[in-house]
Amino acid sequence: MAQRAGVTGEVLLRLDGVVKYFPVGRGIFPGRDTGAVHAVDGVSLEVHRGETLGLVGETGSGKSTLARCATRLHTLTAGRVIFDGHDITSLSRRQLRPYRRQLQMVFQDPYGSLNPHRRVGSIIGDPLAVHGVAAGAARRRRVQELMELVGLNPEHYNRFPAEFSGGQRQRVGVARALVLRPRLIVCDEPVSALDVSIRAQILNLLADLQRELDLTYLFISHDLSVVRQVSDRVAVMYLGKLAEVAPTAELYRRPRHPYVAALLSAVPVADPDLADRRERIILAGDPPSPIHPPAGCRFHPRCPKAQPGCVDEAPSLVPRGGDGAEHPAACHFPVEPGEDLAHEHAAIDQPDQEAAGRDRSRVAGGTP
Amino acid sequence: MTVTAPGQAAADAAAARPGAVQGRGPWRLAWERLRRDPVAVASAVTLVLIAVAAVAAPVVAHAVGHGPDDQYSDIGLTPAGLPVGPSRTFLLGTDNLGRDLLVRILYGARISLLVGVVATLLATVAGVVVGLAAGYLGGLVDVVLARFMDMVLSFPYLLLAIALVSVFGSSLTISMLVIAFFSWAAIGRVVRGQALSIREKEYVEASWSVGSGPLRLMFVDILPNLLAPVLVLATLLVPAAIVFEATLSFLGLGVPPPTPTWGGMLSDSLAFYQVAWWFPLFPGLALLATTLAFNLLGDGVRDALDPTAGRATGGGGR
Amino acid sequence: MVRFLVRRVLFGLLVLWIVSGAVFVLFFVAPHDPARLIAGRLATPQTVALVNHRLGLDRPLPDQYASFIWRLLHGDLGYSYYSSAPVRQLLASRLPVTASLALGGAVLWLVAGIGVGVAAARRPRSLVDRGGAVLMLAGLSMPTFLVGLLLIYFLFFRLHLAGIDLFPPGGYVPLTQDPAGWAQHLLLPWVTLAAVTAATYSRLTRSSMLEVLGEDYIRTARSKGLTEDRVVYRHGLRSALTPVVTQLGVDLGTLLGGVIVTEQVFGLPGLGQLAWQSVTTQDQPVIIGTVLVASAFVVVANLLVDLGYALLDPRVRPS
Repeated sequence: MAQRAGVTGEVLLRLDGVVKYFPVGRGIFPGRDTGAVHAVDGVSLEVHRGETLGLVGETGSGKSTLARCATRLHTLTAGRVIFDGHDITSLSRRQLRPYRRQLQMVFQDPYGSLNPHRRVGSIIGDPLAVHGVAAGAARRRRVQELMELVGLNPEHYNRFPAEFSGGQRQRVGVARALVLRPRLIVCDEPVSALDVSIRAQILNLLADLQRELDLTYLFISHDLSVVRQVSDRVAVMYLGKLAEVAPTAELYRRPRHPYVAALLSAVPVADPDLADRRERIILAGDPPSPIHPPAGCRFHPRCPKAQPGCVDEAPSLVPRGGDGAEHPAACHFPVEPGEDLAHEHAAIDQPDQEAAGRDRSRVAGGTP
Repeated sequence: MTVTAPGQAAADAAAARPGAVQGRGPWRLAWERLRRDPVAVASAVTLVLIAVAAVAAPVVAHAVGHGPDDQYSDIGLTPAGLPVGPSRTFLLGTDNLGRDLLVRILYGARISLLVGVVATLLATVAGVVVGLAAGYLGGLVDVVLARFMDMVLSFPYLLLAIALVSVFGSSLTISMLVIAFFSWAAIGRVVRGQALSIREKEYVEASWSVGSGPLRLMFVDILPNLLAPVLVLATLLVPAAIVFEATLSFLGLGVPPPTPTWGGMLSDSLAFYQVAWWFPLFPGLALLATTLAFNLLGDGVRDALDPTAGRATGGGGR
Repeated sequence: MVRFLVRRVLFGLLVLWIVSGAVFVLFFVAPHDPARLIAGRLATPQTVALVNHRLGLDRPLPDQYASFIWRLLHGDLGYSYYSSAPVRQLLASRLPVTASLALGGAVLWLVAGIGVGVAAARRPRSLVDRGGAVLMLAGLSMPTFLVGLLLIYFLFFRLHLAGIDLFPPGGYVPLTQDPAGWAQHLLLPWVTLAAVTAATYSRLTRSSMLEVLGEDYIRTARSKGLTEDRVVYRHGLRSALTPVVTQLGVDLGTLLGGVIVTEQVFGLPGLGQLAWQSVTTQDQPVIIGTVLVASAFVVVANLLVDLGYALLDPRVRPS
């Protein structure tokens, strides 16, 4: 997708070396924790005004945590969050309030993100009430405008969430995020909990709204095909760190990081002949625990291209193999064009190498 | 420009009916379920009747002409000095001092209901406050409060009552305090558990991200969602409170005589049950009817609020 | 595991210390005048002062507290105001009665409660199940003393009138003296004590069991061809019992209440009756002794329950 109209180079949100650890173990005395979950371990990212930046990762990659750090729902362990030039990292709740009007979030679970005891109109109007923007009839009018905008019947102002379908509830969530006219919306897996048939509608809604209201999105998902559809650029996370960042088309065409390549090889392809011919890259083992991340490059226990150097030194996120500045990857031995990872073997010991080898030979040439 | 969803058409048609868009929230739905539950309705009606009877005790006493403490040693006792059975003068018979049992039972209802309901109410307020504090604030506060509540729950209450009464003498206040003491921790524990789980819900996160402060969060998001189990538990704690009050009175540790209490009457009847079957029977029936009604109502409330819950035990102590 | 136990024991000791402190505050600090009570109504102020001094009640509070704790640690619980016998002796003489009652009742309620609960879970909506639900409702609604009263009326009085003297209405026969008589006299009290609690435990076991029986690993066990009995008892019961054990810890305190009432109804000369009597006679040392012993019992019993819980559920044991 070529640079869309409306996407400027202006940075709206910058995450600078964001680190977030969660203490593990029930220590009554907070100093004494028996370890920490390294949910996000040094992520730097920029979101440009008007674009949709997709953030992809599997469970445990830290993407949701990062999203919550960006919106200051969590306090950062280290690093900075800079919104529209203002450092909001350590602001108190009161100081953050004006920024909350411009930086909003849409949540994943349509059934859990709406208070079942409140009417939908009240939920959507909540931001107006909290910030004292409008009251009474004016508030109601504004809420009903928004309901129409997201495709809900404004007459249902007084209904409860239980009376809506999943897709409609998600629309309520979107309306709530929009009511204060934010500039950036962080969407945390907004369609993952919806039926596939409804997903397209919500994604289209989000795209339309972006055009109409000049919105910027940080779109979080674990689903590569969804991310491809909506994003201008994509960032891939693995175990708390960024693996690769690139404009969408380039990432999908020429991934540099073996992890990204493996993920892409698993994305279902509609053409059965094409699917037959494709070879899946099978990764060894399971993602390691975020409490004790592997040394060096975090992906080395599973990487088909792992070398001894990968254990020693963690790769930094820089452009590799002649790529431009907009396509950095964190890998010592990035994937070269034409390289076939399905037949690669790592040069170091890996926990499930034997099993992976067997799987690979069995699977080569077909989908499992 | 709007993007409409399928099913919108049906919803629109429904909306076109006047009054159809009011929306029925969880409370309204629960109320309607409760209304349709015959057992719960019967229990509620019974309780209302008992309450009315308790309030009307002086009226009845006046109508029958016997006060609760009036001893009729001539017409109320047999020549041998034993209680007299149900008759035209004494509708439910008399007790060992020749007092009208019916009137005493009605006055006894006052004590039972008063202690049961008021003590439980006090306990509920205390329990909600502490439970919310523990669940919402978490950390050290939570650990301390949770431990404390566990300790309170495993306390031998009767022993505590004995200790207190031996120091301060028995009274209505002591009874209510002891009962409130055992109920509040049960509620506090439930509230704490609910608060802990609600705290993690996405709609709380959403309110936070919109800019709500902790107070608003607590009152708008957390509190309404934990009221349901509190209501069930409170309704089931009232009969436990009434039973406990009866036990205290039975042992002579409750409201001091000559105030009529059901437990006290049952205690007095212990020596006379062989010759005066009505003496233990009627107070016993009154006690059973009241507690049974509350328990059944509590079960009904629980089913109305959460029809998906399986049949489990009732709450509270005994 | 050891650390877990040590922590629990320390916590138990802490609780005991707090209770002794609370007892001290209640009985020694709170406004009332035992000296006057002992001295009698006609005593002169000098006599009262003398009694005060004899009892050590005129010394500064920290002093009194120190000697209170000191005596406690030596097992000295003072002398009864009423009978002048050492409190320790009084408690010891009554302990067997209460122990017989409490243990027998507890065993009965556990066996009956869990038994009915499991049976009800195995056949949902059957007569056993519905009957159990009704019983539970009755149990929740009835005070223990009422159960005792009913039992006395029907199983003693009615049978007595019919010439059958199976269940005595009260009194205690020591185990060492006459085992049959001991059991016979304790039968009705056991049922009284157990009845109310058994009902609750049966429902608790039932719902817990139902939940466990719906789990996948039970389905696996069945599909492996194990008999239903084995599936239920060997595999299901263990996990189903954990909430029951938790509840047991909480109920131990209430058990004491039931004991007091039952002893009263059946005239059993146990600790409960002693506690009650000492209120009427304002016999403070006895009350203090009883409260302390009871609290110690609750703490120790809770510890044992925690141990049982850890044994049942390996997940609880911190490794």
